[in-house]
Amino acid sequence: MTLKHDLELVDVTKRYGSTVAVEAIQHRFQPSSYTCLLGPSGCGKSSTLRMIAGHESVTEGSILLSGRDISNLPPAQRGTAMMFQNYALFPHLSVRDNIAFSLKMKGVDVKERHIKAGEMLELVDLTALADRLPDQLSGGQQQRVALARALITRPEVLLLDEPLSALDPFLRIRMRGELKKLQKELGISFIHVTHGQDEALALADEIVVMNDAVIEQAGPARDVFNAPKTRFVAQFMGGHNVISLPNGCFAIRTDAVTVTAHKKGTLSAQVMAVEYQGTHVSLMSHISGDQEVTAIVPEAEYFTTPHHPGDQIGLHWDAKNLHPLTA
Amino acid sequence: MKKLLENRNVTGWLMVSPLAAVLLVFLVMPIVLIVIVSFWRATEFSIIPAFEWDNYAFLFGSPVTYAVFLNTFKYAFITWAFTLIIGFTVAYYLAFHIRSLTWQVALFLLCTIPFWTSNIIRMISWIPFLGRNGIANSTMMSWGVIDEPVEWLLFSDFAVILAFVHLYTLFMVVPIFNTMMRIDKSLIEAARDAGANGAQILWNVIIPLTKPGIMIGTIFVVTLVMGDFITVRFMSGSQSANVGRLISNDIALLQYPSASATAIVLLATVLITIGILLRFVDIRKEL
Repeated sequence: MTLKHDLELVDVTKRYGSTVAVEAIQHRFQPSSYTCLLGPSGCGKSSTLRMIAGHESVTEGSILLSGRDISNLPPAQRGTAMMFQNYALFPHLSVRDNIAFSLKMKGVDVKERHIKAGEMLELVDLTALADRLPDQLSGGQQQRVALARALITRPEVLLLDEPLSALDPFLRIRMRGELKKLQKELGISFIHVTHGQDEALALADEIVVMNDAVIEQAGPARDVFNAPKTRFVAQFMGGHNVISLPNGCFAIRTDAVTVTAHKKGTLSAQVMAVEYQGTHVSLMSHISGDQEVTAIVPEAEYFTTPHHPGDQIGLHWDAKNLHPLTA
Repeated sequence: MKKLLENRNVTGWLMVSPLAAVLLVFLVMPIVLIVIVSFWRATEFSIIPAFEWDNYAFLFGSPVTYAVFLNTFKYAFITWAFTLIIGFTVAYYLAFHIRSLTWQVALFLLCTIPFWTSNIIRMISWIPFLGRNGIANSTMMSWGVIDEPVEWLLFSDFAVILAFVHLYTLFMVVPIFNTMMRIDKSLIEAARDAGANGAQILWNVIIPLTKPGIMIGTIFVVTLVMGDFITVRFMSGSQSANVGRLISNDIALLQYPSASATAIVLLATVLITIGILLRFVDIRKEL
């Protein structure tokens, strides 16, 4: 395994006074991959990102990049670059000067700065808007400027702090496609903090789910979604029922639950609510022990044998689809 | 009548009319009066309504006028430089070094405490401090820094500028602090992320973004210093003059036409100065 561009967190801890924001997390990020740090607000994902970037000090542990300890280096010397949540573009500088800012700080002369900034502008397809000020740009364009500004430092790892949250839903989907494409083109690691599981699933090669200052589960997107290890992951990723059975606690995907006639399934249940969702129908039911189970039924199948709230039904699933949960 | 009130234009005019009336009566009218009086003729014992340029001709023909205007600009410029440096530093400290909002507000209020007493009292309180046998001189003598009292501490340009800086620094602190508080803190992180050091962040990010506040503070300080007459009189011991004193002397001698002419020239000078300043920085975003 090569050490180049390899980012590793070793027992990284962050405390603010007596509150623990990040507790001894351990993770090796795959080189040249797209990783999403996923979790609810306050779970420590942003603190983790900011520690990697160098905008937050590490209380304990160390951060290694390409084999060297970067935990105590200033942000610009780490080989990372950060894209901020609200983009943090300098409002008094033109797009070109925003992008060339880090070169100016290094003392690169104007001519070379403009050439390099021009290359970046081309990469994010903004050459025509080089002389505009940030507030004359749309949200998506501002985001591309922020990307170009971060990338001009030639980082080994690009850190993105909720980069899509300021955009409207349509643009969000378009921009996430662009982010993924850019990552593939550049071949560097992207670490992307988000609280949206759909965003993480769409983008990430690897998902790191965080909760309460620790990593709950990390792995390829499909593994995390299909085989959640804990109750939290199953619930946060969505699309799962978490049920307690006599032999333990299990997660089962809502689309792996089939609805049968009463007494014909493995379990009997009572329909509580039915929601039509276009391609499918979501059927909420209660099973014994006051547990809620949701079944996703293809739309055509549901309407051949419709059920209504109050009806008794049977539920069935393959035992191999049950994933035991550890917590 | 009802139809008239429903007309958007009419309601608009009605809404601005109270303020417009106040400004008309208390700002526009007095200035118009001063302009009119500035053209009147005055002798030693009478004032005669007229329209003649004698007052202006005398004003621009006298070398004293130029010397006094120059002195006024000198006071304004030096005071501006000091209030800017001190005001910027204080505002920077409050905005970027004090982390909690409570402390920011508390320290900011502390800055305003001197304003609980009048200008004159704050000015006069310098006199026992700076005088020939004042606290400053006696302390320095007891320390052995000087052998005999320093004469230029009081009743000098030094004293005038010291008093101006003391009186008006807060007018610089407030707008600069206000602008700095609006600077998104993530911009500073972004600059640091791009490799900027403290001085580079100050020069490339904070100062450009604080310019509107600096400009508003500059306008406050420059207009206050240029229009002042009492500070110069007290602190210079009537040994220096600025335009304000020229006007107040004329008024004391009941030379209203001459005073009006000087006032109009001063007004024009200040307006031109502000006009030039505003060409450099757009302050509309701050208002």
